[in-house]
Amino acid sequence: MKKNVQNALLYRREGMAGKFVAEKVRNIPPSGIRKFFDLVLEMDGVISLGVGEPDFITPWHIREACIYSLEKGFTSYTSNLGLLELRELISKCFRKDYCVEYNPKNEVLITTGVSEAADLAFRAIINPGDEVIVPEPSYVSYKPSVSLAGGEPVPLATTLENEFRVTADDIEKSITDKTKALVLSYPNNPTGAVMGKNNLEEIADVVNEYDLAVISDEVYCKLTYNGNHTCFSSISGMRERTIVLNGFSKSHAMTGLRIGYAAGSEEIIGAMTKVHQYAMLCAPITAQMGAIEAMKNGDGEMKKMVREYDRRRRLIVDGLNRLGLDCFEPKGAFYAFPSVKSTGMTSEEFAGRLLKEQKVAAVPGDVFGDCGAGHLRCSYATSREELVEALGRIEAFLDTL
Amino acid sequence: MKEILEILENNPKIKPEEISTMTGMTQAAVASKIKEMEKKGIIRKYKTVIDWEKAGEEYVYAIIEVKVALRDRKGYDSIAERVAKFPEVRSVRLISGDHDLSLTVRGTSMKEVAFFVAEKIAPLEQVQGTVTHFVLRTYKEDGEILFEKERSERLAVSP
Repeated sequence: MKKNVQNALLYRREGMAGKFVAEKVRNIPPSGIRKFFDLVLEMDGVISLGVGEPDFITPWHIREACIYSLEKGFTSYTSNLGLLELRELISKCFRKDYCVEYNPKNEVLITTGVSEAADLAFRAIINPGDEVIVPEPSYVSYKPSVSLAGGEPVPLATTLENEFRVTADDIEKSITDKTKALVLSYPNNPTGAVMGKNNLEEIADVVNEYDLAVISDEVYCKLTYNGNHTCFSSISGMRERTIVLNGFSKSHAMTGLRIGYAAGSEEIIGAMTKVHQYAMLCAPITAQMGAIEAMKNGDGEMKKMVREYDRRRRLIVDGLNRLGLDCFEPKGAFYAFPSVKSTGMTSEEFAGRLLKEQKVAAVPGDVFGDCGAGHLRCSYATSREELVEALGRIEAFLDTL
Repeated sequence: MKEILEILENNPKIKPEEISTMTGMTQAAVASKIKEMEKKGIIRKYKTVIDWEKAGEEYVYAIIEVKVALRDRKGYDSIAERVAKFPEVRSVRLISGDHDLSLTVRGTSMKEVAFFVAEKIAPLEQVQGTVTHFVLRTYKEDGEILFEKERSERLAVSP
């Protein structure tokens, strides 16, 4: 791996082929996470709170279903939309959990992870110059995806005072006559913030008034610890305006299988399918088979994982607060987002020194948007033993300041 | 209550402070709940799963199937209770199928186990017959897989 990095650097220095790279791509800043990742890679004995995926391995029954599908020779393309059985299961799940109807035949699209679904959504609705409001801190790929689709991402800061929830007022202030869409991603990576139904209803009013589309990434929807998640398209009048993105990575620990889906009105899903059929053709069939098994029989294991996350969540939030790193209570996902402002350091300084001096990796908050500055993203998708050890090391680090 | 049990099931050594943080209950409440469950026999005992083979101990395990003839209106419970009192017998279960009881017996040699069955179990009045299966290797014990632990090969940092 290290060698690869070196090779890549060498290549860059030669600068021969650089001229071929499109401006649009060149102008996209590299992910701040990448830089940090390279640093961590060079060290041994690091406890990582920097991981955005479950530490559980995919439950065995799901892996087993994947293996079985391979043995049976299911290695072909599927329909562009994905296996009908999977779409039907997803549609049933929307009905059961949120009372929203999606026709499995043309309103559900299986994608290669939620990342692809997000990319498709942006490409399907953005005209050149259209603005898309992206509340921050947020997952790192929305803004670049909007840019690549020819749109203008408009970051919108959320605040600790409001527990990093975006408000209808803030959205309204960011709207111009070019605003086309709004991104919502709750439960949120990196803050762990969730939105209540009343918050979403206020936002729905603004969305209606200004005739916006909404891309709602709900991949952490099963990971809530204080009441159930509300799906944005279940809010009255929002179904036609909303593209719901979701997947199996977080709920069923299936990140590397790359399997997600989008649900929306026939017109929008149709448009997304057009892009998808040329770019991706279909999601990998093995992962689709695994997803079917996850949907049919995965609830028990999933709930067990969620209960375990909840225990770790309390452990880390309590620990960080005790150490004087103020941490509001994250009610979803598997991240704590403590403030390091009391130390007088920037998040990058803090994360860098914590890594170097105590070998604990946590991602600086500003990687997820300017308003994340002064915070750290600590993933608690790691074993309790490691969490306790990490807290001990953070304490030792704070003692040296 | 179930929450505490779920935590303890996989790690009885965990401190009440930690359980209290994880569940949001007070420490005192956690401690008294555990006491209560111990008293009621919901928590039977705190046990360690040991890979004896790895520790270099040559224990021999056998699964003994026992065919029982019920006499004098004494049910299975009475014979099971008798058998269970032998310390060599590690578990006793009433099972469906060809046989009635299934025992796990531990000894230090095959001979010892075989003679134990021949001398202590087979001659019992209600026992009609026994079948002994020696255990060659244990792959999973009490939910604990004894192979090399599966590790998630995650990247150290990811978005």
